[in-house]
Amino acid sequence: MHTVICAKQTPSTTAILAVEEGKVTWSDPGGSPDIANPWDEYAIEEAIRLREKHGGKVTAISMGPDEAREALKTAIAMGCDEAVLITDEAIKGSDTLATSYVLAKAIEKLGDVDLVIFGRQAIDGDTGQTSMQVARRLGWTPLSFVSSVDELDLEGRTVSVTRAIESGRQKVKGAIPAAMSVLKEINEPRYPSFKGIRKATKYMKRELCAWGAADLDADANRIGEAGSGVNWPEVYSLPPKEGECTIIEADTPEAAAVALVDKLFEEKVI
Amino acid sequence: MSAIWVWVEQHDGEVLPVSWEVLGAGRTVAEELGVGLSALLFGQGIEGLAQDIIQRGADKVYLCDDATLADGRAEPYASLLSKLAGEHKPQAILAGSTSSGRDVLALAAVDLEAGLVPDCTALAVQDGRIKATRPVYAGKLLSNVYSKGDTLLASLRSRAFPPAEADAGRSGETVVVEPAMQPDDIRVEVLGLEASEGTASLTDSATIVSGGRGVGGPEGFEPVRQLATTLGGALGASRAAVDADWIPYAMQVGQTGKTVSPDLYVAAGISGAIQHLAGMRTSKIIVAINKDPEAPIFKVAQYGIVGDLSKIVPAMVAELEKRL
Ligand SMILES: Cc1cc2nc3c(=O)[nH]c(=O)nc-3n(C[C@H](O)[C@H](O)[C@H](O)COP(=O)(O)OP(=O)(O)OC[C@H]3O[C@@H](n4cnc5c(N)ncnc54)[C@H](O)[C@@H]3O)c2cc1C
Ligand SMILES: Nc1ncnc2c1ncn2[C@@H]1O[C@H](COP(=O)(O)O)[C@@H](O)[C@H]1O
Repeated sequence: MHTVICAKQTPSTTAILAVEEGKVTWSDPGGSPDIANPWDEYAIEEAIRLREKHGGKVTAISMGPDEAREALKTAIAMGCDEAVLITDEAIKGSDTLATSYVLAKAIEKLGDVDLVIFGRQAIDGDTGQTSMQVARRLGWTPLSFVSSVDELDLEGRTVSVTRAIESGRQKVKGAIPAAMSVLKEINEPRYPSFKGIRKATKYMKRELCAWGAADLDADANRIGEAGSGVNWPEVYSLPPKEGECTIIEADTPEAAAVALVDKLFEEKVI
Repeated sequence: MSAIWVWVEQHDGEVLPVSWEVLGAGRTVAEELGVGLSALLFGQGIEGLAQDIIQRGADKVYLCDDATLADGRAEPYASLLSKLAGEHKPQAILAGSTSSGRDVLALAAVDLEAGLVPDCTALAVQDGRIKATRPVYAGKLLSNVYSKGDTLLASLRSRAFPPAEADAGRSGETVVVEPAMQPDDIRVEVLGLEASEGTASLTDSATIVSGGRGVGGPEGFEPVRQLATTLGGALGASRAAVDADWIPYAMQVGQTGKTVSPDLYVAAGISGAIQHLAGMRTSKIIVAINKDPEAPIFKVAQYGIVGDLSKIVPAMVAELEKRL
């Protein structure tokens, strides 16, 4: 059983963002400005649990600038066996179409992969599309919004999962190889142990495998800006909220409640 | 000039509210571009919906009624959508930003090698091109996205666009099409569905009342739930309340929960952490009830009461019961 997890480096959830001429930068006075995408920790945890149950190995892949190493370090520290960094000037500016092409190429290169697990979405672009696009490129079973992996039948080559979608909990079964995106409900990610962190630090120095576009035999027209289906030249801050908050003051909670209800009728939202 | 397409999502023969919004948005864009609007209606036993869709603005409905499309699996939908799009080359394909809408468009975008913009909150036509606006970085920033190719695929956030109005005088054409996948080629098999109660409507709800750590415990949610019910709305929660197991995760609003955009969002006992705001800041009217006047939720709220929610929320319910 060989599972791949895809993890991305993103700004921290409390990062303070600035934009200038469409370019976004960030800082975080409270801690590290870059973190492994929080959703991806669930993917990592699930892959490790599946290995604990079924054996095999887990490989983490991240595509991005050199800083994307941090996401892989988290993956190794939590317990992934191997990590691959895909980094190349040529892949800069990739949208999900180009990203999914590169990730699919890397998964193909690894060769013997049974399952790829993704986070639900990356908290920078917030697109949540990469997993299904990789599934489609590989021709694998697409399983999105997975809230639990119910059965993995390596003999029969099938996987059964529960998906949490608008209409409820849907149980589905699909052929392996499969690509899935997982939700927060699926597990409680472990904290890396001290030993794990030490191992990860060492791993990142000595063993980390870094691939460029050429290693993947990637078509130059399908990666980076050239391979993207969209561009986003304008990124900007939200227009400031109009007006201040009207604080409703009254002598008793009941009177305040009545005054608030009045306002809501006035606003025609009741 | 090529048309604008809208995938009309239906579950068990009922069109989702967001699909009417997407149809309305598609109509506006099509008129601005001076092109036709076509709808894609896939499923089983759904023929009867075509007329309704025409009355709400579609010039043409591509209808596929087939057993493989009965349970809403993304693969047969996407394959059919991309096959038709390959033949007719629409300028845009729009869908609701539901789990199915996102999946179907993601798969089809790969087939078509087309640009994909998920979860848009605005669409405009600028110099003859479609501009799709979407929140990024948990809603801290906005981004205008353009297609580089001939077709743009975009999913639209619930409640960000006004729904299409029906006009009985409208006429249009229905074109019956064949499915694109054989049953055996679909890699996913649906084993069952355990329908959810109430939570499904969270993203579609015009009114949401959410409780946070300030409700104090599972029982503390009762008045909050009552207020939601009295207002005919849905119940939401902050992560702190979900993590404490006071309420299921399906109700979590925020960066790692649901993104909602109701007309009225009441936050009771929620401090307004940036990750919570990410999921609800586009709500039209935000009301904060919090005993801490410094709570950041007041910075995004239009109305606020500084006080104890366990007194204020029941008082609101009592008042509303008198007036509704
Ligand atoms: C990666 C990551 C993702 C996250 N994703 C989410 C997310 O999706 N959604 C989310 O909500 N959070 C999310 N969070 C958590 C977020 O940072 C906050 O911790 C959380 O929103 C706090 O919930 P709260 O406002 O209910 O609790 P608190 O911050 O503890 O606030 C409780 C509030 O209740 C008030 N209060 C207490 N008692 C009363 C009373 N009797 N009457 C009136 N007011 C009272 C207090 O004054 C306080 O303001 C995320 C955090 C991280 C790190
Ligand atoms: N550059 C990347 N490198 C590795 N994994 C990625 C990358 N971008 C996206 N992913 C994966 O795809 C998921 C969805 O990302 P997105 O579609 O960008 O919201 C993430 O949670 C990751 O698992």
